[in-house]
Amino acid sequence: MSEVMQDNSVQDAQELGTNPGDPLPQLSGHVSHGRFERVLRAGQFAVTTEIAPPDSADPEEVLRRASLFDGYVDAINATDGSGAHCHMSSLAVCAILTRAGYSPILQISCRDRNRIAIQGDTLGAAALGVCNALCLSGDDVGAGDHPEAKPVFDLDSISLTQTLKVLRDESRFLSGRKLDLAPKLFIGSSINPFVPPIHNRVDQLAKKIEAGAEYIQSQYCFDMDILKEFMKRAVDMGLTEKSYILIGAGVLPSAKTAKWMRENVPGVHIPDAIIKRLEGADKPQREGRKICTEIMQQLKETAGVSGVHLMAYRQEKWVGDIVKKSGVLDGRTPWAPKNLKIELGT
Amino acid sequence: MYRFRQWSVKHSRFMEGLYNFVNPAILVTLRGVTKVFGKKLDKPIIAAEAGLKGLLFDCQMCGNCALSKTGMSCPMNCPKTLRNGPCGGVRANGMCEVKPEMQCVWVAAWDGASRMKGGEAIKSIEHAVDHRDKGTSTWLKLAREEKTDV
Repeated sequence: MSEVMQDNSVQDAQELGTNPGDPLPQLSGHVSHGRFERVLRAGQFAVTTEIAPPDSADPEEVLRRASLFDGYVDAINATDGSGAHCHMSSLAVCAILTRAGYSPILQISCRDRNRIAIQGDTLGAAALGVCNALCLSGDDVGAGDHPEAKPVFDLDSISLTQTLKVLRDESRFLSGRKLDLAPKLFIGSSINPFVPPIHNRVDQLAKKIEAGAEYIQSQYCFDMDILKEFMKRAVDMGLTEKSYILIGAGVLPSAKTAKWMRENVPGVHIPDAIIKRLEGADKPQREGRKICTEIMQQLKETAGVSGVHLMAYRQEKWVGDIVKKSGVLDGRTPWAPKNLKIELGT
Repeated sequence: MYRFRQWSVKHSRFMEGLYNFVNPAILVTLRGVTKVFGKKLDKPIIAAEAGLKGLLFDCQMCGNCALSKTGMSCPMNCPKTLRNGPCGGVRANGMCEVKPEMQCVWVAAWDGASRMKGGEAIKSIEHAVDHRDKGTSTWLKLAREEKTDV
């Protein structure tokens, strides 16, 4: 094991330079400087996860939370006021993580900012070294702790995706004003195949890809039947040739939490069979992790799926264990700051 | 009105036919009217459009009408005003995440589009709304641009 790790480190050091925050050279055919895009384009099965931005101004807390994932994930999504709750901004979290050498994904929601603010933040993020962005509509303000706030929704996830593509590929603002340097971002968007109109969700996916989504991260998958049907149609329509599709996997700690999520978290679909399994288990927490592991293994075997997006809210310490047990990385160790040994040139 | 709005989506094929039949007539009339009266009759024309489309579609007079591309379901009734919906929060019964008593505007839109001759238009990307047009008449805009297609 240690020998493998060392080999990886030397190879990484040669490819990536020795200072974790250094930008990587952009490979031919790539749109960004990022490692996440490299993993997907190399045909590796990718694992991404989500960091809960702290209710704090402390950068150390961001790094501490990210370090839980070291060696197990290829990219870390920094949520943008998820569930309409206020936290440290996605942009700041991404900047802190980028400096430490991580591959963060900047989540951009349309709820809080109009097209002027979003375009400005996008340039700012790229200037700070951020390589990936994920375009989302965003939860309604009523779902959060500031329900009295003004919902913006000037753009939607699709026009936002188009906007980022215009900034990057046409090197201009929506207004037409030229940029001196375009933001080199790997652009993604989200999809939820598990809620109505289920039949049209693949059409929605096609629209997102047409708008410019180069990768997709989905909502939690607890229902493989729906997912398989969705992926089959996506493959038939040629969509998986145009975009990398990462499917969401979740960790349920108990039947009670699962039921609560199903009722209260928008867009979460959990079949009764999963709830029954948790109810019947002696150790529901362990069962929840087992369910997650099994789903990840099934996703790996599903045609057209390029990776998993593991969302383990308040279960972050288990991410490494779940990824290891699932075996979806095939023994690969994703790059993390501590893997980088200064052995280059020796 | 919610019930009328649902009726319009349910009969989207009929509404499409009606629209294709009536719209050119409205535009020809308005072209004549605006030539003679200039902008003098804009206010009552805007009120007429708001009244009719308000009754049938709960039109919000965004001035960027997309009904023919959204299954006759007005996207401005979506609490997130999505122009390329639905979002990922739709409830299992097809109701809105934000307003549980209302059917998701975009579930209705895809359903309405499935019955329309030109229903495929819902698959093309709709641009973000030009907020300067709020409260203006799409009919007058089309009449003045001398275009008959939306």
